[in-house]
Amino acid sequence: MATPIVELKSVGKSFRSADGSARSVLESVDFTLNEGEIVALLGQSGSGKSTMMRIMAGLIPVDGGEVLYRGLPLFGPADGISMVFQSFALFPWLTVQKNVELGLEAKGMPLEERAQRAEAAIEMIGLSGFEGALPRELSGGMRQRVGIARALVMEPDVLLMDEAFSALDVLTGERLREDILELWETGRIPTKAILVVSHNIEEAVVMADRVLIFASDPGRVRDEMPVTLPRPRDVESLEVRGLIDKVYGLMTAGDIRTRRGTDKGVKLRLGDRLPDVEIALMESLLELLADEPFLGRADLPKLAEETELSDEELLNVSSALALLGFSLLDHGDILLTPLGKQYVLANNPERKIIFGQQLLENVPLVAYIRQGLEQDPSSDLHEDLFLKLLHFSLSEADTVSALRIAIEWGRYGDLFEYNFNTGILTMPKDEEISTE
Amino acid sequence: MSERKQFFPRQVVESGWNRWDWALLPMALALLVLLAYGGQQMARPYQLGETLPLSLDPENLPYYLLRTTLRMFIALGASMIFSCVFAVLTTRYRAAEKVLVPILDILQSIPVLGFLSITVTAFIALFPGSLLGVECAAIFAIFTSQAWNMAFSAYQGFRTVPAELREAASVFKLSAWQQFWRLELPFAMPGLLWNMMMSMSGGWFFVVASEAISVSNQNIKLPGIGSYIALAIEQRDLHAIGWAIGAMLVAVILYDQLFFRPLLAWADKFRFEESGSETAQDSWLLAWLRRTERMQGVAVACGKMLERSFSMFRLRYDGTSIRARPQTRTATPERIWDAIIAAVVFYALWILIHFIHTEVGWNEVRHAFLLGFYTMFRVIILIVLAALIWIPIGVWIGMNPRLAERAQAIIQFLAAFPANLMFPVAVFLIVRFGLNPDIWLSPLMILGTQWYILFNVIAGASTIPTELRYAAQNLGLSGRLKWRRYLLPAIFPSFVTGAITASGGSWNASIVAEYVTWGDTTVQAHGIGSYIAEMTAIGDFPRIALGIGVMCVFVMGFNHFVWRRLYRMAENRLHF
Repeated sequence: MATPIVELKSVGKSFRSADGSARSVLESVDFTLNEGEIVALLGQSGSGKSTMMRIMAGLIPVDGGEVLYRGLPLFGPADGISMVFQSFALFPWLTVQKNVELGLEAKGMPLEERAQRAEAAIEMIGLSGFEGALPRELSGGMRQRVGIARALVMEPDVLLMDEAFSALDVLTGERLREDILELWETGRIPTKAILVVSHNIEEAVVMADRVLIFASDPGRVRDEMPVTLPRPRDVESLEVRGLIDKVYGLMTAGDIRTRRGTDKGVKLRLGDRLPDVEIALMESLLELLADEPFLGRADLPKLAEETELSDEELLNVSSALALLGFSLLDHGDILLTPLGKQYVLANNPERKIIFGQQLLENVPLVAYIRQGLEQDPSSDLHEDLFLKLLHFSLSEADTVSALRIAIEWGRYGDLFEYNFNTGILTMPKDEEISTE
Repeated sequence: MSERKQFFPRQVVESGWNRWDWALLPMALALLVLLAYGGQQMARPYQLGETLPLSLDPENLPYYLLRTTLRMFIALGASMIFSCVFAVLTTRYRAAEKVLVPILDILQSIPVLGFLSITVTAFIALFPGSLLGVECAAIFAIFTSQAWNMAFSAYQGFRTVPAELREAASVFKLSAWQQFWRLELPFAMPGLLWNMMMSMSGGWFFVVASEAISVSNQNIKLPGIGSYIALAIEQRDLHAIGWAIGAMLVAVILYDQLFFRPLLAWADKFRFEESGSETAQDSWLLAWLRRTERMQGVAVACGKMLERSFSMFRLRYDGTSIRARPQTRTATPERIWDAIIAAVVFYALWILIHFIHTEVGWNEVRHAFLLGFYTMFRVIILIVLAALIWIPIGVWIGMNPRLAERAQAIIQFLAAFPANLMFPVAVFLIVRFGLNPDIWLSPLMILGTQWYILFNVIAGASTIPTELRYAAQNLGLSGRLKWRRYLLPAIFPSFVTGAITASGGSWNASIVAEYVTWGDTTVQAHGIGSYIAEMTAIGDFPRIALGIGVMCVFVMGFNHFVWRRLYRMAENRLHF
């Protein structure tokens, strides 16, 4: 009964890194977007969900598999597919009206007709009166309204929303989300399906009929969860809270980086990405966990509320903590390990020692740098050596960020020193004399 | 009130002409008449060997100014078009990028006046029996002083269009033509205009230098302010020089007020939010234009035409069409292209060696390189001196916001003023007091370009974050420590930017500054600039080419080994 609009059939995508080796971003993804549904894609950053959305938008060609739009192969941006961008992507030199008209103008629609349609769209999204304003005069929420009007004026079959609310503050985002859902429910827009990429679990559960959870390295759909609750959904209701809990559980289960302890076979490899988390944040989360009211075990959604961290940040911190052996993740709960408790009670110098030991045990990149330095403590190593190594398995941006994180952590654990200006890694000074 | 209107014919009542229109009308008409007259004079018949009438009577100065300005604007327009074409080609086709970007890098370091001596014959041959050939050569010289800079800036702008804007443009299916006008050009516009302003000093400088062309012992003086000065120098007329300086002042002020400021103020709307927060320029002329209705109408009509072209050059298929299917790329054509490039480079190298071997000899090359070192030494000393003088002054001005604003306008003006107008004065003094030209001609090289250092240092000092300023005060930083730890690092990036422009300009200026004439006295310093100038005067083409080549090598080496590194260092480490 469901009519498919966009179909992905065992789609694969890989990007070439600088040295020519291919790095897989998506692997054999099968997905069908049907008429009349809203689908949300969730997953940690770098899991390929944005890539998948861009493939559906016709912005990125696929390497393998097939993309069909209404049964026809899709090679580029199609007429019936519109997109809303995270950073709004408004043309700052065009007025609101001109921005909304952009797609119509590109199609060659006569002036009067497109002005009329643009005005209707602007009115619908609640921006009337601002037709002549430049985007820089508007607040973030209003800018995204322009972005949405620009997409809707094309009367799209499919609306793609790439983290459309994540650049806005929480309240503004919620408002906008409700407005979109209202337009969708009342049938005021001809759009047949909406695909939402999000970091925000609550947003996904409130909006979608289906939530897809992505796994990373390489990106693939790991889980799928239907949401059958009637809209509008109350965030505070027990059912919605239950679903959010469930998604947290799904997202934290089966992640390579969090399975430590339960499954000894899987460990972080040398060329893997590292979670980008500040050490201060890790420590404050550990302290919070150890304290009242959690006392060593917390429900992730509750913790998110308490810390006011976004889902992405919270998942990042908890996987970093799990990686270092300070905590465990279990069905959407985070538990403090004995080592974690010891860490919280320790004083600063002791903490550094524990941190350093855990790094050497669990983060191969840090251990590798340290080993290189230990073999000849008087010499130093250039960061380029490691960047080149990481380049085999990571993209340019990920390479830089992985080494940056490894250096930050390693410095904190007193394992090595680093000179930003020269890019040289050395042994800590006080250790040079007394090497173990 | 509204009833009374009915007695008038419709055209009068609804004509839409407001008082701003009426006030602007004479200006617009005068401009049109002047353009037509100047343009007509440019294409008048001319035979090589004929002397063009030129007089030192100040009455003729407005006319000469018109001709000079016209050349300037034609060159500007040409540079603009060139930049856009260059940027489009290099960003759309990788094969073009591979060849054009290095070529431009080399062209950029060739001294502008070098172009003049080489190209003028070709241009004269192109338009036989008309003055247009000589005009083209002069315009080309001005063009070369602006185009490379602007082309690089456009290329940079086109390449750095934010990814999401590009994606939005593709999702809404903008064709290549529509993307150019709606996305790429507007995005590159602020940088393009900024570079245009930066190369303005060069522009006026070379307009003055390129009007009096001597080619194979022919002395052609195009009617213009440059020729006026050349004639004044020949006849040792200090009064005429004074008049010319006055006329130039007027021209630069008019240019600034009537053209540049309105343009900058208008281009403010293209500023991309993230990039900088410099306060907007304001311009009375633009405000005036925006109040008119009919004059605005002209602009609106142009916009409409552009929009009509959009519907003509639109994408007529979408992603479901077979035409959107990406072509499978093969590596073979790219390899063949690389091979061709390599072959051409080797051939050129062979030609070069052959040329040096047969035409000039290796000793001459050694001599030219030695001269190059002299000039390089001069440039370095001058930049250091200018830094010592202008950094403290610039920082002081920059720290006083009210002073800075006024000073910026004056310095922009000084930078645009062609310094070569002052050269005769220097010669006069050197001859008078019997000074050593190797030392005393040097300051002329940096006379026009030192302002960039000052200009940028002021800009840098005025953007030091207020909190950092308070922190420095609070910690009681003073004396040497204050300069070393706080002020110098804070202005370093902007100083480097200014010094790059200043050094480039100084190399260029060395051709005129190391070899200066006053009547029949010629004062000459040892250096590659005077070598080129001397060979040009004699008409020895192989040696002109050699001199230009050597200077080119020096400038490129200087850019790669000194400036690029300093720039990268400033970019990575010393910014807020």
